[in-house]
Amino acid sequence: MLTILFDGVAYGMLLFVLASGLSVTLGLMNFINLAHGVFAMVGGYVTALMMNRAGIPFLATLPAAFVVPAILGVALERTFYRRLYGARPLDQVLFTIGLVLMAMPIADFFLGDEPQQVNLPAWLSGSTTVYGVGISLYRLFIVTVCGVIAAALQIFLVKTRFGAQLRAAVDDARVADGLGINVDRIFAVAFAVGSGLAGLGGALAADVVGGIDPSFPVKFLVTFLIVVTIGGSNGILGALFGALLLGVLDVAGKYYVPSIGGFIIYGVMVVTLILRPQGLFARGDDR
Amino acid sequence: MSAAHGSKTTGRLEAHLHRRARWRWPETVFWLAVLATIIAIPSRVALTNEILVAGLFALSLDLILGLTGIVSLGQAAFLGLGAYAAAILASRGVADPTLGLVCGAAVAAVAGLATAPLLLRGSDLTRLMVTLGVSLLLGELANRNGWLTGGADGLNFSMGKVLGLFPIGFTGQRNAALYSFVVLFVLFAAARRLAQSPFGLALAAIRENRLRAGALGIATSGRIVAIYAVSAAYAGAAGALLAQTTQIVSLDLFDFHRSADVMLMLIIGGAGYLYGGLIGAALFIFLRDVISAATPEYWEFWIGALLIALVLMGRERIRAAAARATSLVAFRPARGDTA
Repeated sequence: MLTILFDGVAYGMLLFVLASGLSVTLGLMNFINLAHGVFAMVGGYVTALMMNRAGIPFLATLPAAFVVPAILGVALERTFYRRLYGARPLDQVLFTIGLVLMAMPIADFFLGDEPQQVNLPAWLSGSTTVYGVGISLYRLFIVTVCGVIAAALQIFLVKTRFGAQLRAAVDDARVADGLGINVDRIFAVAFAVGSGLAGLGGALAADVVGGIDPSFPVKFLVTFLIVVTIGGSNGILGALFGALLLGVLDVAGKYYVPSIGGFIIYGVMVVTLILRPQGLFARGDDR
Repeated sequence: MSAAHGSKTTGRLEAHLHRRARWRWPETVFWLAVLATIIAIPSRVALTNEILVAGLFALSLDLILGLTGIVSLGQAAFLGLGAYAAAILASRGVADPTLGLVCGAAVAAVAGLATAPLLLRGSDLTRLMVTLGVSLLLGELANRNGWLTGGADGLNFSMGKVLGLFPIGFTGQRNAALYSFVVLFVLFAAARRLAQSPFGLALAAIRENRLRAGALGIATSGRIVAIYAVSAAYAGAAGALLAQTTQIVSLDLFDFHRSADVMLMLIIGGAGYLYGGLIGAALFIFLRDVISAATPEYWEFWIGALLIALVLMGRERIRAAAARATSLVAFRPARGDTA
């Protein structure tokens, strides 16, 4: 029982890191970014390729899995995304679907359509027993890393000057601009961090989801969106709780009631949207 | 005096609406050309049929997206429902296509009516997510109830003759295309009528500004629910046609890519004037056919590139240019009247 709970938490944490970037772009900046999974895919590929082709150890690839998608994110943000900040949702949807449609054949073309595996180092495979509960070491690793990231993000957003500037820029870009905040730069940095986190999440998730393949951006797109929708579009904590809730429900559901396991996340989402259209953990005001 | 003035205005309005509702000759040419394609190119008649069905599906999306301005990523839900309703009927021995078509549309309409209230709240994003979630839920439902739907294997079945006269299917692919053509034309004419009715004008008002439309005394919620049900029925009819003319249904009918593809078709053709879906479907499927003949794996890349180009160049500007160029061809419901 507790093992399942722990697996659920680990899955939820993973979802959180994957989706946290989306909760910044979509949740805070109100940009419907359906191409978020592309950055996760890039991160996963970076780790898989560095390990399989260059023999670099797993841990050492993780920074690259953050940096490469982050740079890609900034490049795309500067060239394309920024033009669409004020655009209508439909245009944003179309543009990002276009990106996804282009990214998948590109990945397929260069890397083939078979999944790229990430082989965990010996010290992360296997499991241990804590107070009689069997825990996979890799899950433990995920929970630790993701927990640290979540805490860091929350502190970053709430306590630092940059976080305050970001929140101001999101609430009202024009006023923030008038106060001397460089909104353009803030958004670019936020976008880079979001993309980087997605990449890191992709790298960490590669083992759990059975390898990274070109269909990754579409396969998990819906899950990302559900996390953000359920968490509500206001900041990190909502996304964290939403992700944990989903992770636990999904894992437990698939284990205990496999016949309806697949429904659970969609069901949770639809019910959430009916009851609280702004998300479970949204701020009180109806924005 | 004011009454006389009022009736005079009403009269002018009526005359204007009637004038706008008239069929123009380029429209006649368009439909005759489609019919000629079916008869003149028998070797590609299966492709033509696919285009006709996709066109009907895109038309269903145009009713809510183009006319009413509601963004949906879950139109596949109704396509799948209609297809499965028709397929299950046929596999249980009720092989009459017309009956299957009506059933498919009716089932989808009921589902549309049931889910429409979900659209009334929240932002565009909420609507995207709700529509997407409903289609994924239905797909999972079809997957789990294999006794009814055949699960991952899908269903195979044979169809009866249309009106008891014309066999459709592998032996009668041209009949199948003609059947799709007739259904598409009838439903298109109905949609065209609907777009120009007062109901259609109310939808246009909602699209332009829902708050102000409400202030004008339009019952916006009711209108949205109604048009969503109609749109669902159209998508269900498209699904039933698809199932009947290909005689196979599978779970991918509920997939996300179905909803995304149909949106692309509509956007390529231009939303809001009803012909856009048909033209977009033809272009999309033709492009796919040509590109995938050259690079079967990577045709999505070019569709993606086209989409990005469309957005960056500005759909509005393209539409405006196209409208100027083809102001003869396209009748234009509501938009432009106020200008």
